[in-house]
Amino acid sequence: MHASSSLAPPETITLTINGQARQMAVQPWVTLLDALREHLDLTGTKKGCDHGQCGACTVLVDGKRINSCLTLAVMRDGAEITTIEGLAGEDGALHPVQAAFVEHDAFQCGYCTPGQICSIVGMMNEGHARTDEDIRELMSGNLCRCGAYPNIMDAIRQTLRERGEKPASEKNATPIPAYHLAE
Amino acid sequence: MTATQYVGKPVSRVDGRAKVTGAAKYAGEFNVPRLTYGVIVSSTVAKGRITRIDATAALALEGVIEVLTHENTPRLAWLDRSYQDQIAPNGSPFRPLHDDKVVYSGQPVALVVAENFELARYAASLVRVEYAPEPHQTNFDDAMAEAYEPPTGRAGYTPPPKPRGEADQAFADAKYQVSAQYATPTEHHNPMENYATTVAYGEEGKLTVYDKTQGAQNVQAYLASVFSMSSDDVRVISPFVGGGFGSGLRPVYNVFLAVLAARQLKRSVRVSLTRQQMFTFSHRSETRQEVRLGAARDGQLEAIIHEAFADTSTFEDFAEGIVNWSGLLHQCDNVRLEYRIAPMDVYTPADMRAPGATQGTFALECAVDELAHRLGMDPLEFRLKNYAERDQNLDKPFSSKELRECYRQGAERFGWSQRNLEPRSMRRGNRLIGWGMSTGAWEAMQDKAGAKATLHVDGRLIVGSATADIGTGTYTIMTQIAAETLGIPLERVEFQLGDSTLPFSPVEGGSWTAASVGTAVKEVCEALREKLFKLAGKIHDSPLGDATLEDVVFENGEVRLHRDSARGIALTEILRRSDMATLDEEVTAKPKMLEQSGYSRHSHQVTFVEVEVEEDIGMVRVTRVVDAVAGGRILNPKTARSQILGGVVWGISMALHEETLSDHAFGRFMNHNLAEYHIPVNKDIPEIDVIFVHEDDTIVNPLGAKGLGEIGLVGTAAAVANAVFHATGKRVRHLPVTLDKLL
Repeated sequence: MHASSSLAPPETITLTINGQARQMAVQPWVTLLDALREHLDLTGTKKGCDHGQCGACTVLVDGKRINSCLTLAVMRDGAEITTIEGLAGEDGALHPVQAAFVEHDAFQCGYCTPGQICSIVGMMNEGHARTDEDIRELMSGNLCRCGAYPNIMDAIRQTLRERGEKPASEKNATPIPAYHLAE
Repeated sequence: MTATQYVGKPVSRVDGRAKVTGAAKYAGEFNVPRLTYGVIVSSTVAKGRITRIDATAALALEGVIEVLTHENTPRLAWLDRSYQDQIAPNGSPFRPLHDDKVVYSGQPVALVVAENFELARYAASLVRVEYAPEPHQTNFDDAMAEAYEPPTGRAGYTPPPKPRGEADQAFADAKYQVSAQYATPTEHHNPMENYATTVAYGEEGKLTVYDKTQGAQNVQAYLASVFSMSSDDVRVISPFVGGGFGSGLRPVYNVFLAVLAARQLKRSVRVSLTRQQMFTFSHRSETRQEVRLGAARDGQLEAIIHEAFADTSTFEDFAEGIVNWSGLLHQCDNVRLEYRIAPMDVYTPADMRAPGATQGTFALECAVDELAHRLGMDPLEFRLKNYAERDQNLDKPFSSKELRECYRQGAERFGWSQRNLEPRSMRRGNRLIGWGMSTGAWEAMQDKAGAKATLHVDGRLIVGSATADIGTGTYTIMTQIAAETLGIPLERVEFQLGDSTLPFSPVEGGSWTAASVGTAVKEVCEALREKLFKLAGKIHDSPLGDATLEDVVFENGEVRLHRDSARGIALTEILRRSDMATLDEEVTAKPKMLEQSGYSRHSHQVTFVEVEVEEDIGMVRVTRVVDAVAGGRILNPKTARSQILGGVVWGISMALHEETLSDHAFGRFMNHNLAEYHIPVNKDIPEIDVIFVHEDDTIVNPLGAKGLGEIGLVGTAAAVANAVFHATGKRVRHLPVTLDKLL
């Protein structure tokens, strides 16, 4: 008997990706990330570590942000998935977070960018981002090696303001504190 | 002002939309038909011989196509020089799957190719490799005994200058002295995108190689040479690069393996590295450094002695400029600088953002801080007292140097004048506050580069050069330069790069791309302007009459007379009236060596940093940074600021986070993943204030731009370490400054 006959056969699943139902046959060991990139040519979702350590593969599953490298595609049968390709409007108009990223130069090489943007959309859905420190904490699962964090913060603040949400504390709102001598 | 003036404006990235919508395709994302997948098996020993490779179980799986090892690799180019890329150090470049020798841990020993990725990965886990291990050396403190002076000859490497004055005597005689040892660890570049190659196997074996690289032509030449292929049969394409930082200056072994497999199997192949494998091909050299400084009572520097050791591999002599900066940054007449490298059983180090400079400047600028403290002198005042008006290494004037203005503006923005000299003099609650500073410099280089430009009758301008955009903003600034030079709206200009068939460009590194490729783009557009003007003159009833090129201006898609702006003609009209669909031009721009050689050409920076240190647990947080940069003309303040932000984040990272640790029992890097190899997350990074001081420089290149990729990083780690000393009174000389070293 051939060895590979012991490998699990493909299963047919349906993922609703960016509003479109996509039926596909995948083996159980295919991650959601690889299903998107290798099977559906949705390469906007990035692979930075494949271990859930960098956040580059962040997508929205039923509105919640997850690392798509840490879930198997078959586990998401029937789920609604939004990737970076699905954020802009059908007319091509950028999502406000995408537009703010371009305006504030919130990326350099662009490789962590789709994950950052999906993560921000997910964070906003969660509704806990009130102050700069909240945002920094809640966005610390998405690494950026180019060091665009200050510009990412600017892009997030602008988006929050545009949404009319209680704006995060303004940049430089805290004046340089008065120092006192130690005892 | 005209609408088509773009240089110096904060233009948003022209590739921004592609990057924020996921449309930008990186090397491992070109999904060509009938693609196969290669997964690499890495060695588990650091040194020895492979005695047996058993791939039976892997090959038994349906869908596994081949397992390539040194046993079945065809004979390839024989000479070392066939494997030496544009910037290879002296030595014998590593050849993947060449023979049974293992020269470092993580070395690729087999490539498993299968019909899909998961199968290849599983099959790779079934390949059994047996070794006859030999004793290895990965402990740098022990390896240093074998240190030697690196040979010169590597492109871009300048050995330390000869000693000047009597440094040892001057040090011995100095009233105030500092003598200290500093250490910087091995670091890995870790761009967010792992290295990957997709080889599309075409008709008659022609290869289109989508590769992650900082030099498409460097990789193309390497492949053609190693596989003895005609240059026309291999094309390398690399439109987007998910970060490089120097790791992609030389060809990485995945491209070799992908091409090897594609040629063997006559199939298209993708080979991607895992994050773990990102620790198996290049690193920032580990250093041990000794700095001795002597000064007079008034703070005048009287002696600088800087000796550095760094690692290299057993097969190449990796050399970088670590100590040279110590003879450049401050005025001093007695200087002795020495640099040696020591071989270890590791892969050859590589240039990593501000290579050499950031390790050496860390040691020097901490020592300067220590000396200022000993003198009871403000460290900024000390640096101003010893301000170098002239490059004493080269004994030449600077082409421009606005460092004094960086000191002034940076200090003012930071509020430095309120600093108390005493360590531990400021606190917020249980947190100690410290303010530190440092300076740094980087070479403003220009290299030969080519560019071509084609104006289409519909008004589009296509400009191209085989350079790269690794996040630096090359696409954007080249588009700006081209659009402004020909006076064409930005939206009508397309800049192409990352394709080995485009005009020659050096690898994208060393902060020389803006200067080198930018000059080529400017010159090719000027040449095209001349051509257009001549054509316009031949048109019947030309509105330009008998004007000369000096009488006209190119703007808003037209060429017009200076003195009578009503008289002009659209560029597209010139082509139409001349019955031409396109008009093109190609140039090679060379630096004006003679003019430049009379000057020392450098960018400068100063970093001011505030840290908070939790007194009880030693946790350090950077809370404020001001970085003032003198980098010549700023072509795009938006992307330029991002370059400096990135450099500063790298400096904070180097100071507080990054360190690749080895288990010397195995000769292997232990923390080879992004959970254990620490880089800053969003929460680690405060607001960063970037100042570009005005600096005119007509010597460095026709654009006056000095390049910004490295300069933001150079002195930043030292500034953080100095701030930690000011906060705590503890001097940590071995990076990174982790909390265990502060308790």
